Amino acid sequence: MASKSTITIKGIKEGLVFLLDDQVDFVHLLDDLNEKLDKHGQQFNGPIVHIFIKLGSRQLEEEDKERIRAVFRRQGNLLIQSIESDPKEEAPDLASAPTLHKIVGIVRSGQTLEYDGDLILLGDVNPGGTIRCSGNVYVMGALRGTVHAGKDGNSDAIIVASLMRPTQLRIADVISRPPDEWTSSEPWMEYAFLREGTMSIDKLTSLSRQRKEVMLFKGV
Amino acid sequence: MGEAIVVTSGKGGVGKTTTSANLGTALAMMGQKVCLVDTDIGLRNLDVVMGLENRIVYDIIDVAEDRCRVGQALIKDKRFEELYMLPAAQTKDKNDISPEQVRQIIESLKPDFDYIIIDCPAGIEQGFRNAIAGASQAIIVTTPENAAVRDADRVIGLLEKNNFPSPKLIINRIRPTMVKSGEMLEIDDICQVLAIDLIGIVPDDEFVIKAANSGEPTVMNVNSRAAIAYRNIARRILGETVPLSQLDEKSGMFSKVKKFFGMG
Repeated sequence: MASKSTITIKGIKEGLVFLLDDQVDFVHLLDDLNEKLDKHGQQFNGPIVHIFIKLGSRQLEEEDKERIRAVFRRQGNLLIQSIESDPKEEAPDLASAPTLHKIVGIVRSGQTLEYDGDLILLGDVNPGGTIRCSGNVYVMGALRGTVHAGKDGNSDAIIVASLMRPTQLRIADVISRPPDEWTSSEPWMEYAFLREGTMSIDKLTSLSRQRKEVMLFKGV
Repeated sequence: MGEAIVVTSGKGGVGKTTTSANLGTALAMMGQKVCLVDTDIGLRNLDVVMGLENRIVYDIIDVAEDRCRVGQALIKDKRFEELYMLPAAQTKDKNDISPEQVRQIIESLKPDFDYIIIDCPAGIEQGFRNAIAGASQAIIVTTPENAAVRDADRVIGLLEKNNFPSPKLIINRIRPTMVKSGEMLEIDDICQVLAIDLIGIVPDDEFVIKAANSGEPTVMNVNSRAAIAYRNIARRILGETVPLSQLDEKSGMFSKVKKFFGMG
Protein backbone atom coordinates (compact mmCIF):
# COMPACT_ATOMS: atom_id res chain seq x y z
CA MET A 1 0.00 0.00 0.00
CA ALA A 2 1.33 3.42 -0.91
CA SER A 3 2.27 5.30 2.22
CA LYS A 4 0.97 8.54 0.76
CA SER A 5 -2.60 7.45 0.73
CA THR A 6 -2.78 6.40 4.37
CA ILE A 7 -1.49 9.64 5.92
CA THR A 8 -2.36 13.14 4.86
CA ILE A 9 -0.75 16.13 6.48
CA LYS A 10 -2.42 19.50 6.41
CA GLY A 11 -1.15 22.77 7.70
CA ILE A 12 -3.49 24.95 9.71
CA LYS A 13 -2.93 28.12 11.64
CA GLU A 14 -2.46 26.32 14.95
CA GLY A 15 -0.10 23.68 13.61
CA LEU A 16 -0.41 20.47 11.60
CA VAL A 17 -3.31 18.13 11.14
CA PHE A 18 -2.53 14.47 10.51
CA LEU A 19 -5.41 12.71 8.79
CA LEU A 20 -4.90 9.00 9.32
CA ASP A 21 -6.68 6.63 6.96
CA ASP A 22 -9.37 4.70 8.87
CA GLN A 23 -9.53 1.71 6.51
CA VAL A 24 -6.02 0.24 6.70
CA ASP A 25 -4.68 -2.07 9.37
CA PHE A 26 -3.53 -0.17 12.47
CA VAL A 27 -0.05 -1.76 12.54
CA HIS A 28 0.37 -0.84 8.90
CA LEU A 29 -0.67 2.69 9.73
CA LEU A 30 1.99 2.98 12.49
CA ASP A 31 4.65 1.76 10.06
CA ASP A 32 3.60 4.36 7.54
CA LEU A 33 3.61 7.03 10.21
CA ASN A 34 7.14 6.08 11.32
CA GLU A 35 8.33 6.09 7.74
CA LYS A 36 6.77 9.45 7.02
CA LEU A 37 8.26 11.12 10.07
CA ASP A 38 11.71 9.64 9.34
CA LYS A 39 11.52 10.81 5.75
CA HIS A 40 10.58 14.34 6.55
CA GLY A 41 12.58 14.39 9.79
CA GLN A 42 14.45 17.59 9.00
CA GLN A 43 11.33 19.50 8.15
CA PHE A 44 10.02 18.82 11.61
CA ASN A 45 13.08 20.22 13.32
CA GLY A 46 12.93 23.62 14.87
CA PRO A 47 10.27 25.33 16.92
CA ILE A 48 7.50 23.39 18.60
CA VAL A 49 4.68 22.39 16.31
CA HIS A 50 1.24 21.48 17.57
CA ILE A 51 -0.16 18.28 16.12
CA PHE A 52 -3.82 17.42 15.77
CA ILE A 53 -4.49 13.81 14.85
CA LYS A 54 -7.71 12.84 13.20
CA LEU A 55 -8.49 9.14 13.04
CA GLY A 56 -11.56 9.27 10.83
CA SER A 57 -14.07 6.64 11.83
CA ARG A 58 -11.43 4.49 13.54
CA GLN A 59 -12.01 4.05 17.27
CA LEU A 60 -8.85 3.50 19.33
CA GLU A 61 -8.19 2.25 22.84
CA GLU A 62 -5.97 4.40 25.06
CA GLU A 63 -3.00 2.04 24.66
CA ASP A 64 -3.12 2.35 20.88
CA LYS A 65 -3.28 6.12 21.16
CA GLU A 66 -0.16 5.88 23.32
CA ARG A 67 1.57 3.99 20.51
CA ILE A 68 0.83 6.89 18.18
CA ARG A 69 2.15 9.36 20.73
CA ALA A 70 5.31 7.27 21.06
CA VAL A 71 5.96 7.59 17.35
CA PHE A 72 5.69 11.36 17.53
CA ARG A 73 7.79 11.61 20.67
CA ARG A 74 10.83 10.57 18.67
CA GLN A 75 10.58 13.96 17.01
CA GLY A 76 11.27 16.30 19.86
CA ASN A 77 9.46 19.32 18.51
CA LEU A 78 6.14 17.67 17.68
CA LEU A 79 3.60 18.12 20.43
CA ILE A 80 0.36 16.20 20.20
CA GLN A 81 -2.59 18.36 21.12
CA SER A 82 -5.39 15.93 20.40
CA ILE A 83 -6.23 12.51 19.00
CA GLU A 84 -9.80 12.47 17.73
CA SER A 85 -12.16 10.09 16.03
CA ASP A 86 -15.28 11.12 14.13
CA PRO A 87 -18.37 10.90 16.29
CA LYS A 88 -19.63 7.32 16.24
CA GLU A 89 -22.12 6.66 13.49
CA GLU A 90 -25.61 6.18 14.89
CA ALA A 91 -26.85 4.00 12.07
CA PRO A 92 -25.80 0.55 13.37
CA ASP A 93 -27.39 1.35 16.73
CA LEU A 94 -30.68 2.23 15.08
CA ALA A 95 -30.71 -0.99 13.12
CA SER A 96 -30.40 -3.12 16.23
CA ALA A 97 -32.91 -1.04 18.20
CA PRO A 98 -36.50 -2.24 17.91
CA THR A 99 -38.49 -0.36 15.30
CA LEU A 100 -42.21 0.09 15.72
CA HIS A 101 -44.27 -0.43 12.60
CA LYS A 102 -47.76 0.99 12.48
CA ILE A 103 -50.29 -0.69 10.25
CA VAL A 104 -53.93 0.26 9.77
CA GLY A 105 -56.32 -2.39 8.47
CA ILE A 106 -57.79 -5.82 8.97
CA VAL A 107 -55.61 -8.90 8.58
CA ARG A 108 -58.07 -11.23 6.89
CA SER A 109 -58.04 -14.96 6.34
CA GLY A 110 -55.08 -15.98 4.20
CA GLN A 111 -53.16 -12.74 4.75
CA THR A 112 -49.84 -12.50 6.58
CA LEU A 113 -48.02 -9.50 8.04
CA GLU A 114 -44.33 -10.06 8.73
CA TYR A 115 -41.99 -7.47 10.26
CA ASP A 116 -38.70 -7.06 12.03
CA GLY A 117 -39.28 -5.17 15.25
CA ASP A 118 -42.54 -4.37 16.97
CA LEU A 119 -45.89 -3.98 15.27
CA ILE A 120 -48.93 -2.00 16.26
CA LEU A 121 -52.01 -2.96 14.28
CA LEU A 122 -54.97 -0.59 14.28
CA GLY A 123 -57.56 -3.18 13.30
CA ASP A 124 -58.50 -6.81 13.76
CA VAL A 125 -56.75 -10.07 13.01
CA ASN A 126 -59.38 -12.45 11.67
CA PRO A 127 -59.31 -16.24 11.90
CA GLY A 128 -56.89 -17.50 9.26
CA GLY A 129 -54.90 -14.25 9.34
CA THR A 130 -51.30 -14.26 10.62
CA ILE A 131 -48.86 -11.74 12.11
CA ARG A 132 -45.19 -12.64 12.52
CA CYS A 133 -42.79 -10.22 14.21
CA SER A 134 -39.35 -10.40 15.76
CA GLY A 135 -40.52 -8.07 18.53
CA ASN A 136 -43.78 -7.38 20.33
CA VAL A 137 -47.19 -7.31 18.69
CA TYR A 138 -49.89 -4.88 19.79
CA VAL A 139 -53.34 -5.43 18.29
CA MET A 140 -55.64 -2.46 18.86
CA GLY A 141 -58.65 -4.51 17.91
CA ALA A 142 -59.89 -8.07 18.10
CA LEU A 143 -57.25 -10.78 17.81
CA ARG A 144 -59.01 -13.84 16.37
CA GLY A 145 -56.23 -15.22 14.20
CA THR A 146 -52.63 -16.26 14.78
CA VAL A 147 -49.80 -14.11 16.12
CA HIS A 148 -46.15 -15.07 16.43
CA ALA A 149 -44.15 -12.58 18.51
CA GLY A 150 -40.40 -12.88 19.00
CA LYS A 151 -40.19 -15.11 15.94
CA ASP A 152 -36.38 -15.06 15.99
CA GLY A 153 -36.30 -16.49 19.48
CA ASN A 154 -36.99 -13.47 21.70
CA SER A 155 -38.88 -15.10 24.56
CA ASP A 156 -39.41 -11.72 26.27
CA ALA A 157 -41.73 -10.64 23.48
CA ILE A 158 -45.36 -10.04 24.36
CA ILE A 159 -48.64 -10.01 22.48
CA VAL A 160 -51.23 -7.41 23.42
CA ALA A 161 -54.80 -7.37 22.18
CA SER A 162 -57.91 -5.35 22.97
CA LEU A 163 -59.92 -8.52 22.55
CA MET A 164 -57.95 -11.72 23.05
CA ARG A 165 -59.67 -14.53 21.10
CA PRO A 166 -56.76 -16.00 19.12
CA THR A 167 -56.74 -19.18 17.05
CA GLN A 168 -53.14 -19.70 18.09
CA LEU A 169 -50.44 -17.72 19.85
CA ARG A 170 -46.71 -18.17 19.49
CA ILE A 171 -43.90 -16.49 21.39
CA ALA A 172 -40.35 -17.49 20.39
CA ASP A 173 -40.71 -21.27 19.91
CA VAL A 174 -43.63 -21.81 22.27
CA ILE A 175 -46.92 -22.60 20.57
CA SER A 176 -50.18 -22.32 22.43
CA ARG A 177 -53.69 -23.17 21.35
CA PRO A 178 -56.65 -21.84 23.21
CA PRO A 179 -58.89 -23.09 24.61
CA ASP A 180 -56.94 -26.30 25.32
CA GLU A 181 -54.45 -24.54 27.53
CA TRP A 182 -56.17 -21.35 28.53
CA THR A 183 -59.22 -19.33 27.73
CA SER A 184 -59.96 -15.69 27.81
CA SER A 185 -63.37 -14.20 28.00
CA GLU A 186 -62.36 -10.94 29.56
CA PRO A 187 -63.66 -7.71 28.13
CA TRP A 188 -60.53 -5.74 29.01
CA MET A 189 -57.19 -5.51 27.27
CA GLU A 190 -54.89 -8.44 27.86
CA TYR A 191 -51.40 -9.53 26.96
CA ALA A 192 -49.73 -12.88 26.44
CA PHE A 193 -46.21 -13.61 27.65
CA LEU A 194 -43.99 -16.53 28.54
CA ARG A 195 -43.84 -17.44 32.22
CA GLU A 196 -41.16 -20.08 32.71
CA GLY A 197 -41.63 -21.31 29.18
CA THR A 198 -45.40 -21.54 29.14
CA MET A 199 -47.87 -19.14 27.60
CA SER A 200 -49.71 -17.01 30.11
CA ILE A 201 -52.40 -14.40 29.76
CA ASP A 202 -52.93 -11.50 32.08
CA LYS A 203 -54.68 -8.18 32.04
CA LEU A 204 -52.59 -5.41 30.58
CA THR A 205 -52.42 -3.47 33.84
CA SER A 206 -50.31 -6.28 35.30
CA LEU A 207 -47.59 -5.76 32.72
CA SER A 208 -45.85 -2.96 34.59
CA ARG A 209 -45.66 -5.08 37.73
CA GLN A 210 -44.34 -8.05 35.81
CA ARG A 211 -41.74 -6.12 33.81
CA LYS A 212 -40.76 -3.60 36.49
CA GLU A 213 -39.80 -1.10 33.83
CA VAL A 214 -39.15 2.37 35.17
CA MET A 215 -41.70 4.93 34.12
CA LEU A 216 -40.86 8.59 34.23
CA PHE A 217 -43.82 10.85 34.74
CA LYS A 218 -43.71 14.52 34.06
CA GLY A 219 -45.04 16.88 36.64
CA VAL A 220 -45.83 16.26 40.28
CA MET B 1 -73.80 3.29 -18.17
CA GLY B 2 -74.64 0.25 -16.11
CA GLU B 3 -73.14 -0.96 -12.87
CA ALA B 4 -71.53 -4.39 -12.84
CA ILE B 5 -71.91 -6.27 -9.55
CA VAL B 6 -70.19 -9.58 -8.89
CA VAL B 7 -71.84 -12.04 -6.50
CA THR B 8 -69.17 -14.14 -4.81
CA SER B 9 -68.50 -16.11 -1.63
CA GLY B 10 -65.38 -18.25 -1.78
CA LYS B 11 -67.16 -21.28 -0.39
CA GLY B 12 -69.47 -23.30 -2.61
CA GLY B 13 -73.11 -23.97 -1.88
CA VAL B 14 -73.90 -20.86 0.10
CA GLY B 15 -76.32 -19.51 -2.49
CA LYS B 16 -74.40 -17.37 -4.98
CA THR B 17 -76.42 -18.51 -7.97
CA THR B 18 -79.73 -18.28 -6.12
CA THR B 19 -78.82 -14.80 -4.93
CA SER B 20 -77.77 -13.70 -8.43
CA ALA B 21 -80.98 -15.03 -9.95
CA ASN B 22 -83.21 -13.46 -7.33
CA LEU B 23 -81.50 -10.08 -7.16
CA GLY B 24 -81.46 -9.87 -10.94
CA THR B 25 -85.13 -10.79 -11.14
CA ALA B 26 -86.08 -8.42 -8.31
CA LEU B 27 -84.27 -5.52 -10.00
CA ALA B 28 -85.97 -6.36 -13.30
CA MET B 29 -89.35 -6.45 -11.54
CA MET B 30 -88.60 -2.91 -10.32
CA GLY B 31 -88.19 -1.75 -13.88
CA GLN B 32 -84.42 -1.92 -14.19
CA LYS B 33 -82.64 -3.23 -17.27
CA VAL B 34 -80.72 -6.21 -15.98
CA CYS B 35 -78.29 -8.68 -17.49
CA LEU B 36 -77.26 -11.79 -15.58
CA VAL B 37 -73.84 -13.18 -16.48
CA ASP B 38 -72.85 -16.72 -15.51
CA THR B 39 -69.07 -17.09 -15.21
CA ASP B 40 -69.18 -20.59 -13.71
CA ILE B 41 -67.83 -22.15 -16.87
CA GLY B 42 -68.06 -25.92 -16.94
CA LEU B 43 -70.58 -25.99 -14.07
CA ARG B 44 -73.22 -23.58 -15.24
CA ASN B 45 -76.32 -23.39 -13.05
CA LEU B 46 -77.78 -19.94 -13.43
CA ASP B 47 -79.68 -20.92 -16.57
CA VAL B 48 -81.23 -23.87 -14.71
CA VAL B 49 -82.29 -21.76 -11.73
CA MET B 50 -83.76 -19.20 -14.12
CA GLY B 51 -85.49 -21.89 -16.17
CA LEU B 52 -83.77 -20.77 -19.36
CA GLU B 53 -81.61 -23.82 -20.00
CA ASN B 54 -83.43 -24.93 -23.12
CA ARG B 55 -82.98 -21.60 -24.86
CA ILE B 56 -79.19 -21.45 -24.89
CA VAL B 57 -77.69 -21.21 -28.36
CA TYR B 58 -74.42 -19.39 -27.79
CA ASP B 59 -72.50 -18.87 -24.57
CA ILE B 60 -69.85 -16.58 -23.09
CA ILE B 61 -66.99 -18.62 -24.58
CA ASP B 62 -68.53 -18.25 -28.04
CA VAL B 63 -68.56 -14.49 -27.48
CA ALA B 64 -64.98 -14.46 -26.20
CA GLU B 65 -63.78 -16.49 -29.19
CA ASP B 66 -65.72 -14.34 -31.67
CA ARG B 67 -68.08 -17.05 -32.88
CA CYS B 68 -70.97 -14.68 -32.22
CA ARG B 69 -71.75 -11.16 -31.11
CA VAL B 70 -72.64 -10.62 -27.46
CA GLY B 71 -76.18 -9.67 -28.48
CA GLN B 72 -76.68 -13.07 -30.11
CA ALA B 73 -75.67 -14.94 -26.99
CA LEU B 74 -78.01 -13.02 -24.68
CA ILE B 75 -81.20 -14.84 -23.72
CA LYS B 76 -84.23 -12.71 -23.00
CA ASP B 77 -86.37 -13.76 -20.08
CA LYS B 78 -89.85 -13.29 -21.48
CA ARG B 79 -91.48 -13.06 -18.06
CA PHE B 80 -89.99 -9.60 -17.61
CA GLU B 81 -89.62 -6.45 -19.58
CA GLU B 82 -85.85 -6.12 -19.47
CA LEU B 83 -84.13 -9.19 -18.05
CA TYR B 84 -81.42 -10.93 -20.06
CA MET B 85 -78.83 -13.52 -19.29
CA LEU B 86 -75.48 -14.48 -20.77
CA PRO B 87 -74.94 -18.18 -20.08
CA ALA B 88 -71.66 -19.91 -19.30
CA ALA B 89 -70.31 -22.74 -21.43
CA GLN B 90 -70.80 -26.21 -20.08
CA THR B 91 -68.18 -28.04 -22.14
CA LYS B 92 -65.14 -25.86 -21.45
CA ASP B 93 -63.45 -24.90 -18.20
CA LYS B 94 -62.39 -21.72 -16.37
CA ASN B 95 -59.04 -21.46 -18.11
CA ASP B 96 -60.62 -21.16 -21.54
CA ILE B 97 -61.39 -17.51 -20.95
CA SER B 98 -59.20 -14.73 -19.56
CA PRO B 99 -60.09 -11.95 -17.11
CA GLU B 100 -59.38 -9.45 -19.88
CA GLN B 101 -61.91 -11.13 -22.21
CA VAL B 102 -64.56 -11.13 -19.49
CA ARG B 103 -63.82 -7.47 -18.78
CA GLN B 104 -64.33 -6.61 -22.44
CA ILE B 105 -67.62 -8.49 -22.59
CA ILE B 106 -68.92 -6.76 -19.45
CA GLU B 107 -67.81 -3.39 -20.83
CA SER B 108 -69.72 -4.06 -24.05
CA LEU B 109 -72.86 -4.83 -22.02
CA LYS B 110 -72.69 -1.77 -19.76
CA PRO B 111 -74.18 0.80 -22.17
CA ASP B 112 -77.33 -1.27 -22.68
CA PHE B 113 -78.13 -2.16 -19.05
CA ASP B 114 -78.66 -0.57 -15.65
CA TYR B 115 -77.30 -3.55 -13.75
CA ILE B 116 -75.07 -6.43 -14.74
CA ILE B 117 -75.10 -9.17 -12.11
CA ILE B 118 -72.13 -11.54 -12.42
CA ASP B 119 -72.49 -14.97 -10.86
CA CYS B 120 -69.05 -16.06 -9.64
CA PRO B 121 -67.93 -19.68 -9.28
CA ALA B 122 -66.75 -21.02 -5.91
CA GLY B 123 -63.05 -20.81 -5.19
CA ILE B 124 -60.42 -18.11 -5.54
CA GLU B 125 -58.68 -19.32 -8.69
CA GLN B 126 -59.03 -18.43 -12.35
CA GLY B 127 -62.84 -18.55 -12.25
CA PHE B 128 -62.89 -16.01 -9.44
CA ARG B 129 -60.41 -13.77 -11.24
CA ASN B 130 -62.54 -13.95 -14.38
CA ALA B 131 -65.71 -13.07 -12.51
CA ILE B 132 -64.35 -10.02 -10.70
CA ALA B 133 -62.51 -8.68 -13.74
CA GLY B 134 -65.36 -6.65 -15.17
CA ALA B 135 -67.13 -5.74 -11.94
CA SER B 136 -66.92 -2.49 -10.02
CA GLN B 137 -68.97 -3.59 -7.01
CA ALA B 138 -69.14 -6.88 -5.13
CA ILE B 139 -71.71 -8.68 -3.03
CA ILE B 140 -70.40 -11.36 -0.69
CA VAL B 141 -72.79 -14.17 0.19
CA THR B 142 -72.18 -16.14 3.34
CA THR B 143 -74.15 -18.43 5.62
CA PRO B 144 -74.05 -18.49 9.43
CA GLU B 145 -71.37 -21.19 9.51
CA ASN B 146 -67.74 -20.75 10.50
CA ALA B 147 -66.39 -22.26 7.29
CA ALA B 148 -68.46 -19.96 5.10
CA VAL B 149 -67.47 -16.90 7.14
CA ARG B 150 -63.78 -17.82 6.90
CA ASP B 151 -63.98 -18.13 3.14
CA ALA B 152 -65.95 -14.90 2.88
CA ASP B 153 -63.20 -13.19 4.86
CA ARG B 154 -60.58 -14.57 2.50
CA VAL B 155 -62.51 -13.34 -0.52
CA ILE B 156 -63.02 -9.88 1.01
CA GLY B 157 -59.25 -9.68 1.47
CA LEU B 158 -58.71 -10.58 -2.19
CA LEU B 159 -61.34 -8.09 -3.33
CA GLU B 160 -59.79 -5.29 -1.29
CA LYS B 161 -56.49 -6.10 -2.95
CA ASN B 162 -58.23 -5.81 -6.33
CA ASN B 163 -59.57 -2.34 -5.56
CA PHE B 164 -63.11 -3.13 -4.53
CA PRO B 165 -63.46 -0.40 -1.94
CA SER B 166 -66.55 -1.57 -0.09
CA PRO B 167 -68.00 -5.01 -0.80
CA LYS B 168 -71.50 -5.62 0.56
CA LEU B 169 -72.55 -8.60 2.65
CA ILE B 170 -75.57 -10.87 2.42
CA ILE B 171 -76.06 -13.46 5.14
CA ASN B 172 -78.04 -16.27 3.63
CA ARG B 173 -80.07 -19.15 5.05
CA ILE B 174 -80.59 -17.90 8.55
CA ARG B 175 -82.78 -20.02 10.81
CA PRO B 176 -84.13 -17.66 13.46
CA THR B 177 -84.89 -20.42 15.95
CA MET B 178 -81.35 -21.81 15.73
CA VAL B 179 -79.80 -18.37 16.12
CA LYS B 180 -81.98 -17.76 19.15
CA SER B 181 -80.96 -21.02 20.77
CA GLY B 182 -77.31 -20.21 20.11
CA GLU B 183 -76.72 -23.06 17.68
CA MET B 184 -76.11 -20.71 14.77
CA LEU B 185 -73.68 -17.81 14.48
CA GLU B 186 -75.22 -14.48 15.34
CA ILE B 187 -75.54 -11.86 12.64
CA ASP B 188 -73.69 -9.32 14.79
CA ASP B 189 -70.78 -11.70 15.30
CA ILE B 190 -70.45 -12.31 11.57
CA CYS B 191 -70.57 -8.59 10.83
CA GLN B 192 -67.97 -7.89 13.49
CA VAL B 193 -65.50 -10.33 11.98
CA LEU B 194 -66.05 -9.41 8.34
CA ALA B 195 -66.34 -5.68 9.02
CA ILE B 196 -68.17 -4.78 5.81
CA ASP B 197 -71.63 -3.29 5.19
CA LEU B 198 -74.51 -5.69 5.61
CA ILE B 199 -76.94 -5.26 2.73
CA GLY B 200 -79.40 -7.98 3.70
CA ILE B 201 -80.21 -11.15 5.58
CA VAL B 202 -82.14 -13.94 3.92
CA PRO B 203 -84.00 -16.51 6.01
CA ASP B 204 -83.80 -20.19 5.20
CA ASP B 205 -86.87 -20.92 3.15
CA GLU B 206 -88.16 -24.10 1.52
CA PHE B 207 -89.66 -22.03 -1.25
CA VAL B 208 -86.12 -21.31 -2.49
CA ILE B 209 -85.45 -25.00 -3.15
CA LYS B 210 -88.83 -25.45 -4.77
CA ALA B 211 -88.32 -22.37 -6.89
CA ALA B 212 -84.86 -23.38 -8.06
CA ASN B 213 -86.19 -26.73 -9.24
CA SER B 214 -89.10 -25.21 -11.09
CA GLY B 215 -86.98 -22.55 -12.77
CA GLU B 216 -88.95 -19.71 -11.27
CA PRO B 217 -86.88 -17.38 -9.06
CA THR B 218 -88.21 -17.15 -5.51
CA VAL B 219 -88.81 -13.40 -5.70
CA MET B 220 -91.79 -14.09 -7.96
CA ASN B 221 -93.49 -15.91 -5.09
CA VAL B 222 -95.44 -13.56 -2.85
CA ASN B 223 -95.65 -16.01 0.03
CA SER B 224 -91.93 -16.58 0.42
CA ARG B 225 -90.07 -14.90 3.27
CA ALA B 226 -86.84 -15.14 1.31
CA ALA B 227 -88.57 -13.29 -1.53
CA ILE B 228 -89.26 -10.32 0.75
CA ALA B 229 -85.63 -10.31 1.81
CA TYR B 230 -84.40 -10.38 -1.80
CA ARG B 231 -86.75 -7.60 -2.80
CA ASN B 232 -85.51 -5.52 0.12
CA ILE B 233 -81.90 -6.09 -0.94
CA ALA B 234 -82.76 -5.02 -4.48
CA ARG B 235 -84.33 -1.83 -3.13
CA ARG B 236 -81.19 -1.16 -1.10
CA ILE B 237 -79.09 -1.62 -4.23
CA LEU B 238 -81.29 1.03 -5.86
CA GLY B 239 -80.41 3.38 -3.03
CA GLU B 240 -83.53 3.15 -0.90
CA THR B 241 -83.21 2.97 2.85
CA VAL B 242 -84.96 -0.18 3.94
CA PRO B 243 -84.55 -1.26 7.54
CA LEU B 244 -83.25 -4.79 8.10
CA SER B 245 -86.26 -6.99 8.72
CA GLN B 246 -86.38 -8.50 12.16
CA LEU B 247 -86.11 -12.24 11.98
CA ASP B 248 -89.11 -13.01 14.13
CA GLU B 249 -91.24 -10.47 12.29
CA LYS B 250 -93.01 -13.27 10.50
CA SER B 251 -94.25 -14.75 13.76
CA GLY B 252 -97.76 -13.81 12.77
CA MET B 253 -100.62 -11.88 14.22
CA PHE B 254 -101.42 -14.38 16.91
CA SER B 255 -98.06 -14.27 18.61
CA LYS B 256 -98.00 -10.50 18.32
CA VAL B 257 -101.26 -10.40 20.23
CA LYS B 258 -99.81 -12.80 22.77
CA LYS B 259 -96.76 -10.58 23.14
CA PHE B 260 -99.01 -7.61 23.63
CA PHE B 261 -100.61 -9.32 26.57
CA GLY B 262 -97.26 -10.31 27.95
CA MET B 263 -97.62 -13.96 27.11
CA GLY B 264 -94.98 -14.15 24.33
